[in-house]
Amino acid sequence: MKIGYYPGCAITKGATSEEYGTSVMKVSEVIGPKIEEIPDWSCCGASSAHATNHKLSTALSVRNLSLAEQHEYEEILAPCPMCSQRLIISQKDVQDDDVLKREVEDAIEMPCGTNVKVSNYLEIIKNYSMDEIKQKIKKTAKGLKVACYYGCLLVRPPKVLKFDDPEDPQSMDEIVRAIGAEPIDWEFKTNCCGGGFTLSRPDVVVKLTNDILEGAQEAGAHAIAVACPMCHANLDMRQKKIEKEYKRKYDIPIVYISELIGLALGLGAIGLGLDKHFVDTKSVVDAYT
Amino acid sequence: MGKKVGVFVCHCGTNISATVDVEKVAEEAKKKYPGVSYATTYKYMCSDPGQKLLRDKIKEEGLTGVVVAACSPKMHERTFRNAAVKTGLNPYQVEVSNIREQCSWVHQDKAVGTEKSIDLVRMMTEKTRKDTSLDAIKVPVTKRALVIGGGIAGIQAALDIADGGNEVILVEKDASIGGHMAQLSETFPTLDCSQCILTPRMVEVAQHENIKLYTWSQVESVGGYIGNFDVKIRKKARAVDLDLCTGCSSCWQVCPSKKIKSEFDTELGNRTAIYIPFPQAIPSKPVIDKEHCLLYRDARKKNIPPEDSKVCRKCYDVCPIAPVKAIDYAQEDEIVEVKVGAIVVATGYKELPNNVYGEYGKGKYQDVITGLQFERLASASGPTEGEIRRPSDGKEPEIIVFIQCVGSRDPAKGCSYCSKTCCMYTAKHAMLYKHKVHHGHAFVFYIDIRCAGKNYEEFSLRAIEEEGATYLRGRVSRIYKKGEKLIVLGADTLTGSQVEIEADMVVLASAMKAQDDAEVVARTLSIQYDKDRFFSELHPKLRPVESSNAGIFLAGACQGPKDIPETVAQASGAAAKVMALLSSDELEREPVVAKVDRLPPPVFSTCIGCFYCQRVCPYGAIEQEDIKARDGSVIKTVARVNEGLCQGCGLCAATCRSKSVELAGFSDEQVYAEINSVEFN
Repeated sequence: MKIGYYPGCAITKGATSEEYGTSVMKVSEVIGPKIEEIPDWSCCGASSAHATNHKLSTALSVRNLSLAEQHEYEEILAPCPMCSQRLIISQKDVQDDDVLKREVEDAIEMPCGTNVKVSNYLEIIKNYSMDEIKQKIKKTAKGLKVACYYGCLLVRPPKVLKFDDPEDPQSMDEIVRAIGAEPIDWEFKTNCCGGGFTLSRPDVVVKLTNDILEGAQEAGAHAIAVACPMCHANLDMRQKKIEKEYKRKYDIPIVYISELIGLALGLGAIGLGLDKHFVDTKSVVDAYT
Repeated sequence: MGKKVGVFVCHCGTNISATVDVEKVAEEAKKKYPGVSYATTYKYMCSDPGQKLLRDKIKEEGLTGVVVAACSPKMHERTFRNAAVKTGLNPYQVEVSNIREQCSWVHQDKAVGTEKSIDLVRMMTEKTRKDTSLDAIKVPVTKRALVIGGGIAGIQAALDIADGGNEVILVEKDASIGGHMAQLSETFPTLDCSQCILTPRMVEVAQHENIKLYTWSQVESVGGYIGNFDVKIRKKARAVDLDLCTGCSSCWQVCPSKKIKSEFDTELGNRTAIYIPFPQAIPSKPVIDKEHCLLYRDARKKNIPPEDSKVCRKCYDVCPIAPVKAIDYAQEDEIVEVKVGAIVVATGYKELPNNVYGEYGKGKYQDVITGLQFERLASASGPTEGEIRRPSDGKEPEIIVFIQCVGSRDPAKGCSYCSKTCCMYTAKHAMLYKHKVHHGHAFVFYIDIRCAGKNYEEFSLRAIEEEGATYLRGRVSRIYKKGEKLIVLGADTLTGSQVEIEADMVVLASAMKAQDDAEVVARTLSIQYDKDRFFSELHPKLRPVESSNAGIFLAGACQGPKDIPETVAQASGAAAKVMALLSSDELEREPVVAKVDRLPPPVFSTCIGCFYCQRVCPYGAIEQEDIKARDGSVIKTVARVNEGLCQGCGLCAATCRSKSVELAGFSDEQVYAEINSVEFN
């Protein structure tokens, strides 16, 4: 089966979170599944589009689904949860609304891609690569306590996404356990990081991210694992400012789950992009032996 | 001779006449419908003068059929038929055409309403012209009632029926009667102690000469029909002989398994393996919990009969009864067969468990408890002897948060309905908390405060105004643990602000749900249930205690969430219905039943024996009958309808592939006549 890779704007080459995309690709080369970038992919319609124009945002998303179907991909990997959520919701919207479906088809000049399955990164790893990880694991990080932070978009809205338990998800925890680190039980797995308010209301974002960092620290986490570029930006980039604002010291590396898998597979830290973070990731890299 | 049909069109005040030109309907009927010899209108046909008009005209005009165009036949068919009977007309020659619920109430345009009414009346006239006279079916009555469930509903119903002079068999699945009410601390709106008002009633049950009590028992099967039910009751092996045991308590005092979570104490307290659920239990005699008892566990492991196990026989050894001990490890389930004339279903409810809401910890926080658990904490007989102490460390909570509508009014996670009791019991909880922890503070999150009931509103205001509970209108989005505190995040929608409370304990006003085995019980009794698995009443307003199966009545929360006063009222209502039923020696049943045709040999019946009808019958009324030759050999097996069970729903007639089943009063000929009379434009 061919799986189409949809990077989206945040993690594609040269974007702010390119290390997520790079590590996803590198890891897939070792443990699969084989992924191919969907040719001519475009914006998923997240943020500005879906907040202002429903039809436009739907058409933007569905165009990518249609392209994937044209290239005969049965499944799409969209590692950014904003993308995967937008793609899935748009697919459902055109499935449920014939009028919208016709309007979208007029706009994109292609039949709507209503059959291709859209998966987030955790789903892909869990469904295809858990055995591979077991076989190819080279290093473990015994005693590295990782707080798995899912954020809001991976699991919500549960009615549409139907992925994991929306209040206490476990899929990332299982992956972390499989790569020889220790997932911790903590309270803020699915709390909001402030997401898209990072530019318009940094005050809100700082408070929310502080709650998350504080929760992770109190639960004894050495690192926070994420699977979302927005979560990463808010927790990593803003950590210094939060420390200053709340007069606390965190120094908690925020790492993509793909980077952790890569380290366990023995891939180089720099190749995985672990040098591109604001909070130093050295402690995590060194934990893998 | 053709039938002389009279048409009576009711105005129903203005309910019908505002949207239907009733005069025109009557005029059309008289002028145009074949067979109609008289037609008129009247303001209220169901009133006494209206019924008199009906009777007078039947006599004066010599009517042999009647169509009353009025409200739903569910409302007044019986009224009009009874009126007609007094003139000597067979009641089944009287039909009701529904031009209210299905016409005037759903249309605004008078022209449309009038035209549709004319059609409806014409259809019913055509059916009436082909009506045959039917005679009521008479069945004998067994003057004994079965009550299923020994909570307050079942207790009330059993006592009322028994006081009326009828025998009652009360079946309870647990070791004691009492139900949920026995677990409650105080009761709203008077704050009288639940046990103090309940336990005397329990004792009455035990001592009543007309009541036979089966605890630790379940209804296995119900056959037969109204007046004549055949019931099998499974008396589960208790391992204790109830006749010999005196309830001396020696056995449960020596039982070494002392750390079993007590169901009665909502798992906040412990019990032994041989136990009585609570000190006031009726009967006050123990039962052995075979899952946890060391002896039974050993027997299961070694695959030997329990009486052969030697691992622990402390309860047997200590039992002072002689010469035969009351403890009997070898006791087996026993099936008791009884005949009853009526059944009251009072199987109660189940509290939504603590592990549904992920945002409230899904049961992982010990100090997030349910309403029923709080009842046990507040109860003088509970695990803390009535002191409010949180389960995790036994500390007195200084800040307590109550969350209403947990499960209720939330179709995504719980149920769409309102559980009706939670606003009141939360107000009570806040009050009890303040009475016991004077310096503490109670917060209550609510969606709406629904305290409709006598002295209810005043009660809830007391919690706010006199006891100082802080009511916040909004939902709690999350609870998480921070150190020893529970952080409660919520919204106060009245001020539009977010609320964060550092609480010591949280009480969820958990929804009242149908029992887990509600569907099984419904199937056993052939009664209907709704989307939430509560048993359905026959009519939401006018027949609230009757189930869909004649002779089976409903009481209490098995029919829908209810508080104690409402439960008791419904139970007494059900008891009154049972007593009315048992008061006569013979019952008259509606003759609108299905019949499978029988023809002379060699055909015998057109029934081909596919028994599709048996599969669709919701009442178990279709039987298989062997038609035999003189030598006893079976010629064919065909369907037969048990008239006692048949409720006349017509599913069998509609399903039959060989047109062998016909419903009395609704023959194919009649239904086709109705349909053919519709004028299609």
